[in-house]
Amino acid sequence: MRVFAVVERVSEGINPVSFELLNLANMIKMGGTSEAVVVGGADRPLLDSISRSADKVWVLKGGQLEEYNPETYADVLVQFFKRETPDVVLLGSTSQGCELAPLLAVQLNCPVVTDVVGVTVAQEGLVVSRYIYQGKLMADLRVKRLPCVLTVRQGVFKEGARTNGELKELSLAPSKPPRRRTVRVVAPETGEVDISKSDVIVAVGRGAVSSIQLAKELANVLGGAVAGSRPVIDSGLLPKDRQVGISGKTVKPKLYLALGISGAFQHVVGMKDSELIIAVNKDPQAPIFAVAHYGVVGDVQEILPSLLSKVVEEKRK
Amino acid sequence: MRIFVLVKHAPLLESTLRVSADGRGVDPVCLTYDINEWDRYAVEEAVRLKEKYGGEVIAVSVGVNCDATLRKCLAMGVDGAIKVPVEVGFDACQVAEAIVDVLRGEMFDMVLSGFMSQDANNALVGGLVATMLGIPFATAVTRLSVEKGEVLAVRELEGGYSEEVLLPLPCLVSVQSGINEPRYVSIMGIKAARSKELRERVVALREPAVVVERIYFPPTRKAEILGGAPSEVASKLVKLMKVKGVI
Repeated sequence: MRVFAVVERVSEGINPVSFELLNLANMIKMGGTSEAVVVGGADRPLLDSISRSADKVWVLKGGQLEEYNPETYADVLVQFFKRETPDVVLLGSTSQGCELAPLLAVQLNCPVVTDVVGVTVAQEGLVVSRYIYQGKLMADLRVKRLPCVLTVRQGVFKEGARTNGELKELSLAPSKPPRRRTVRVVAPETGEVDISKSDVIVAVGRGAVSSIQLAKELANVLGGAVAGSRPVIDSGLLPKDRQVGISGKTVKPKLYLALGISGAFQHVVGMKDSELIIAVNKDPQAPIFAVAHYGVVGDVQEILPSLLSKVVEEKRK
Repeated sequence: MRIFVLVKHAPLLESTLRVSADGRGVDPVCLTYDINEWDRYAVEEAVRLKEKYGGEVIAVSVGVNCDATLRKCLAMGVDGAIKVPVEVGFDACQVAEAIVDVLRGEMFDMVLSGFMSQDANNALVGGLVATMLGIPFATAVTRLSVEKGEVLAVRELEGGYSEEVLLPLPCLVSVQSGINEPRYVSIMGIKAARSKELRERVVALREPAVVVERIYFPPTRKAEILGGAPSEVASKLVKLMKVKGVI
C-alpha cells in the first residue's frame, strides 16, 4: 500500500504528530511505501529528520503555500494525490488536520474517519478503531474502500521503524486564490496564576460545578491552583487560562485531583502525565478512571467537604 | 439573512451505556436523547444572528426520530424545520450527503453546525457539507460576527491559541461550545413552535463506505477504586497526598 502522511508545520518546526503518522504508515504499508508530504517546504534539517521516518518525502512548493490556509493546502494536496494515487492519507487529529480531512475526502471522493487510534489492514479495506461517546465506548469501523483519509489521535503511534527516504521536490500552485483569509493568530491570555507551573491542581468538571468554591478552598489549602475542564470554562465559572486540555493548557503537577470530570480525550491529553491522578466521579463508566491512578466512585458534593476538613486538619498538625 | 442550522438528535452521555446484543450498536433501551450539545450553541447563534440582521433560520436534522429535537429548535426561535427521515450510521459522508441533498435546492447566506456530535465525536459533518456545497468554512468557532457581507470568525486552535479568519458569504461555520449561552426553551416558545412548520424531505442514501464491525468498552481501567463512606475515602486520599509529599 502507498500510505501518505501529511506533515504539519508549526512555528517551532514540525508537529510531533507528523512522526507518529509516519510510524503508523510504516506499520500498515505492507510491503508498500510510507511517504511524507510537506506542503510549502521546510528547512533542510527538518526534511532530513522526516526522511529518517519515511520511504519518500515529497516537498510541494509553490505560490501561497508558505502560510497554512485550508483551501490552498487542500488544493495542491488534491492535485498531488490525483497524480500519486494513495491508498491511505494520514493527517493529525489537530485543528489543521480536522479542517483538511473533509476537504481532501470530498475532493478525492473517498471515505474519511477521524481521531483514529488503531488501524488493521483487512482483506476488504481497513478496520480502524476509535473512541465514541466521549471515550466511554470504542468502535471498530470497517472502511470498505480505498483510498481513504484518516485523522490520527496524537500520542498513540509513538514507536515506528526507521528508514531512510529520498527527497523529491514538486512545484504545485493552488488553482485559485483562497476565499478564507487569516487575519491574525492570537496568543493565549495570561492570568495571575500559570497552572502549568503548579504542583497541585484541583480540577473541576461539569459534575462538580456546585462545589467550585470548596474546590478553590482546597486548592488554596494545598498551595495549588484550581483549574477546569471545558464545560466549566464555557460556563464562565473559571477564566480561559485555567482550562486544561487540547485547547487549553498541558499540565504535569505532582497531584491532579479531578473532580466531576468525565475524562473526554480533549481534557485527558492535557493532564495524563501528572504524577498522581485522583479522580472523583459518580459515573463508574467515566473514562477518567482509565487514566487516574486512584478513583472514587461517588458524589463530589459529599466527598469534597470531608476531604477539605481532613486536609485542613492535617495541615494544622 | 437566511441561515440553515444542522442539528442532531443525540444520546445523552449521562446514560448508562450497554452494548447491544449484536455487538454493533448501543442498546437503545438505556439511552435518553436530546439535542446534541454543540448544536444547541449553533441554534442559539443562528437565532441571535436572525435577531440582529433579520431573515429566517431553518433547522435540518437527519434521523427517523428527531422530531423532539427539531421541536426544541423551533421553540428556541428557529422559524422552520426539515426532517430527513433516514437512518445513518458512522459514515459521516453519508450524513453530509443527505444534508447537502436538502440544501442544494435552497438559497442561504450561512450554514451553522455544531463542532461535533456527542455520540460519534467525528467533528466532520460541517466541513464535509461545506466542501460538497463548494462554500468556505471555519471550524471550532468561538466568536462570530457579520460585516459587509463577510463573516469574521475566531477559531480555537491548540494550547489556548486562536485565529481570526474572514469568510465571504455564503459560508459554513461550525460552532465550538461556549460561544454563547443557549436560551432556555420558554412556555411561550413551545406554544409558538406548534404553529411552525416541520417538513419532511426524503432523500436517497448511497451505500455507506464506513460500517461498524464492533462496539465495545475500552479495554483498560487503570484506577484503583477507593471505597467507603465520604470521611473514610477522604482519609485514604489524605494518606495518598502525604505519601506524594503535597501535604
